[in-house]
Amino acid sequence: MLMNSLILAAILFSLGVAGVVMRRNAIILFMCIELMLNAANLAFIALSRAVGIEGQVFVFFVMTVAAAEAAVGLAIIISVFRLAETVDTKHFNLLRW
Amino acid sequence: MTELIWWVCAALAVGGGLGTILSRNPVSSLLFLILTFFNLAAIYVLLGAHFIAAIQVIVYAGAIMVLFLFVIMLLNLGHAYQPDLRRFGWVVAAFVTAGVGGYLVARAFTGAEEIALAPAGVAIDRAVAEQNAVGAIAFPLFREFLVPFEITSVLLLVAIVGAVLLAKRRV
Repeated sequence: MLMNSLILAAILFSLGVAGVVMRRNAIILFMCIELMLNAANLAFIALSRAVGIEGQVFVFFVMTVAAAEAAVGLAIIISVFRLAETVDTKHFNLLRW
Repeated sequence: MTELIWWVCAALAVGGGLGTILSRNPVSSLLFLILTFFNLAAIYVLLGAHFIAAIQVIVYAGAIMVLFLFVIMLLNLGHAYQPDLRRFGWVVAAFVTAGVGGYLVARAFTGAEEIALAPAGVAIDRAVAEQNAVGAIAFPLFREFLVPFEITSVLLLVAIVGAVLLAKRRV
């Protein structure tokens, strides 16, 4: 079950990467980032079966960082939406060369 | 039996992940992501991390996803069906990249059969039996990881201030 969990974590992380590459909706990009964070958490928990309880403590910290990241990121999305009237990253070209 | 439950939960989690990245409506994408999170919580229980599973349901599926849903509905994006997928070449490139990456990571992991037999899992199960699910993680958290824990509180404060400052209309 440990090996299978690690492979599942790899699959979920890959799905998150694929989502970030192929979507343009900024909120869905954030969801894919959350998916990648959860894949990392699953790898931590699976490896805590082999290494020790520290893996679970790390997952606790990762969740805190994810909560902070979601709050700040969604605030950025709201303020960008106020500027551009959209969340499509195609239109976020103010700093693009 | 636990193997069977694991496979069902893993299949649902992967299906939820696929639905997240493929569904056109942001709200259904979010609901697929919540499906993934619940199934991951079930897998955490199977792996012996009961407290983390509860936190996963309460904090992730409960709080963070409600924040996402709140923003989607605040910005009135729930009925925006214009396609936001990139061009076809990008989609193919994404799946090829993800497939190769996933294959390499999985192959790197399959060489580690022997770590599954390490005694740490037994130690975790004994700690859960002796100190309950919360105590097993609270003792290392408040003894060895006390400084990171306190720094986390500063991080949360910074995040609160930053979110308010960014989302405010006029600074």
